[in-house]
Amino acid sequence: MKHMISIADLSREEAIAVLATAEHMAQTQSRSIRKLPTLVGTTVVNLFFEDSTRTRISFEAAAKRLSADVINFSAKGSSVSKGESLKDTALTLQAMGADAVVVRSGSSGAAHLLAHAGWIDQPIVNAGDGAHEHPTQALLDTFTLRRHLRPGEPEAGLDGAHVVIVGDVLHSRVARSNVLLLTLLGARVTLVAPPALVPVGASAWPCEITYDLDEALGQGPDAVMMLRVQRERMVGGGFFPTAGEYSRRYGLSTARAAALPEHTRVMHPGPMNRGFEIAGDVADGPRSVIVEQVSSGVFVRMAVLYHLLATDSREDAR
Amino acid sequence: MTTAPTLLLRGGLLYGETAADLLLEGGEIAAVGTDLEAPAGAEVIDVDGCVVLPGLVDLHTHLREPGGEEAETVETGTRAAARGGYTAVHAMANTTPTADTAGVVEQIARAGESAGWCTVRPVGAVTVGLAGERLAELDAMASSRARVRVFSDDGKCVHDPVLMRRALEYVKSFDGVIAQHAQDPRLTEGAQMHEGEVSAQLGLAGWPAVAEESVIARDVLLAHHVGSRLHVCHLSTAGSVDIIRWAKQRGIAVTAEVTPHHLLLTDESVRGFDARYKVNPPLRTQADVEAVREGLADGTIDIVATDHAPHPADAKDREWDQAAMGMTGLETALSIVQSTMVDREALSWRDVARVMSETPARIGRDEDQGRPLEAGSPANVLVWDPRPTTVVDPAVHASRSMNSPFTGRELPGRNRLTVHRGRVTVRDGALVEG
Repeated sequence: MKHMISIADLSREEAIAVLATAEHMAQTQSRSIRKLPTLVGTTVVNLFFEDSTRTRISFEAAAKRLSADVINFSAKGSSVSKGESLKDTALTLQAMGADAVVVRSGSSGAAHLLAHAGWIDQPIVNAGDGAHEHPTQALLDTFTLRRHLRPGEPEAGLDGAHVVIVGDVLHSRVARSNVLLLTLLGARVTLVAPPALVPVGASAWPCEITYDLDEALGQGPDAVMMLRVQRERMVGGGFFPTAGEYSRRYGLSTARAAALPEHTRVMHPGPMNRGFEIAGDVADGPRSVIVEQVSSGVFVRMAVLYHLLATDSREDAR
Repeated sequence: MTTAPTLLLRGGLLYGETAADLLLEGGEIAAVGTDLEAPAGAEVIDVDGCVVLPGLVDLHTHLREPGGEEAETVETGTRAAARGGYTAVHAMANTTPTADTAGVVEQIARAGESAGWCTVRPVGAVTVGLAGERLAELDAMASSRARVRVFSDDGKCVHDPVLMRRALEYVKSFDGVIAQHAQDPRLTEGAQMHEGEVSAQLGLAGWPAVAEESVIARDVLLAHHVGSRLHVCHLSTAGSVDIIRWAKQRGIAVTAEVTPHHLLLTDESVRGFDARYKVNPPLRTQADVEAVREGLADGTIDIVATDHAPHPADAKDREWDQAAMGMTGLETALSIVQSTMVDREALSWRDVARVMSETPARIGRDEDQGRPLEAGSPANVLVWDPRPTTVVDPAVHASRSMNSPFTGRELPGRNRLTVHRGRVTVRDGALVEG
């Protein structure tokens, strides 16, 4: 693995290897001294063209616990806001000696471009590109889910599991990465969204698509993953008439959650619109693993940085 | 001005059919026949096995001047045209300032004249500043020395149906034509690529086929209603081909063009997020490619036009959604048509003369272009050798810009000779300074 750009680039074996490393990382994090010397002397740059405090600090924590130096480069107040291009930023980071670049951008394909345009030689980690992919989010979701569904099995996939993903699929890089990763690991995925929030062309995806949340929940899935409704991306408008109507048909209400089987887990990538796509008491309730997803994020990102940067990991790969 | 030299082109295949000699003298075709005798002082050029065609005519070129000189100028763009085998280009109006007055179109025509590489016919804007709000002074442009006959807001759609109707009506008095860039603006807000399986996967905002088809459908009905002729720019979808076919069956005076890139490339090219493949209208699906090829073969689509759209490297070397739309095309067009149509026996070379020279000249009312290869016609001639192949390298192109989507592809055919008004502008692929 040279980069982490898209789940579509991963084989099942590679995905399992990252998840297994993440389990290993998780074990180290229960020790009294949590900092590992693995990446001493390396510099990881967090290049964030979009605001995302959650993802940035998760990557920052992951890098620091592996003893890497971290440079945060956010677009606001930097040369980027003065019109510097991605190319010039990349050339600058290359010249400064970054060892890896974690990039978040509103532009689909930005991470791919950084990895392949020839501007920079270092490993690139996609921390979310437009509505395209968010591979570490999918890895942490899978990691979390696997701990509940396949406890104590670090080499297991999710064969036979059923995951329902609900909401604004059209604008969601989380949904795209999760459909790819969950199915890669053998799970069955059902997407639920109002028709206007299902991308034209999604029928080719390896999942089922339905407009009826209650029908999907009635199948008794192993997990329900709620997506944030990205109202700020809704160019042109009119995807649904009102927040109330959306919430009634596609929100995970207290009543809907109560009707789910005992073992069904509730997930959300955050940040949540409480009371809109998910009821507050469901988010905080016993079947919710939302807070656990956040801690999983650090383990998974440690694992990704380890696979891309650690010398012994690269030698193992050879 | 120097007088045109006397040239005897020996043994070329006229329209790719029968071998004959062509004597060019005084800027005209002086004689066509076998075993013509070379007059004293004539240069004899052996073009055995090459295809002889009337010089190509592009109805859709962006020369970028005035205002976009870092991408292209009239000089560099017409050099590119000559290398591609063109003897005339129609320069689109989306310059800065917009070509929406007699003054600007005359300036562009004059620049073309003094460059001397091919005839430059300015296209006039339909609306002032391409803003889609009120008609530009179309008659002033038509009556100017530039004699504008093609009007287009290309890059933008004349989407207001009343304005489109008025434009179609207005140009009838001077035999003009409206060339429509068919794109519903509301259906394509923020659009980045063809809307379908690939856009769904890449998370890029979709440019649906219906945004093109619905405008074409409306426009053919409008043209029928007011009895005007309509030209549809860069048609790109199977549905658009169906609508044009239907309109022609009803006798509606519509003509349509397809670009070389829509004859070959699909939205699969977008997967690498390389903005050289970003273009408007976007690359469509394989089914659309097959439909436009079929439409071109059966005459539903009248012409191939390049939509040559040069951009400086910085406009392409960026994130997909921030990159400019457009591709260069003048220097690869005939090779693409040869490989996608002629080599697959979907078009003959005589058909190529029709779709790349005669019909575009007729639509644009270029009296001296697309004329038969016979005595008395102006000496606007292309000699094309279909046998060699070349790997596309924009670094050797005459265009100032490098944004060719065909870079690195091996394509058939080579420009042996372009003759513009009797002057050799290109010989064996290389420009000949006048």
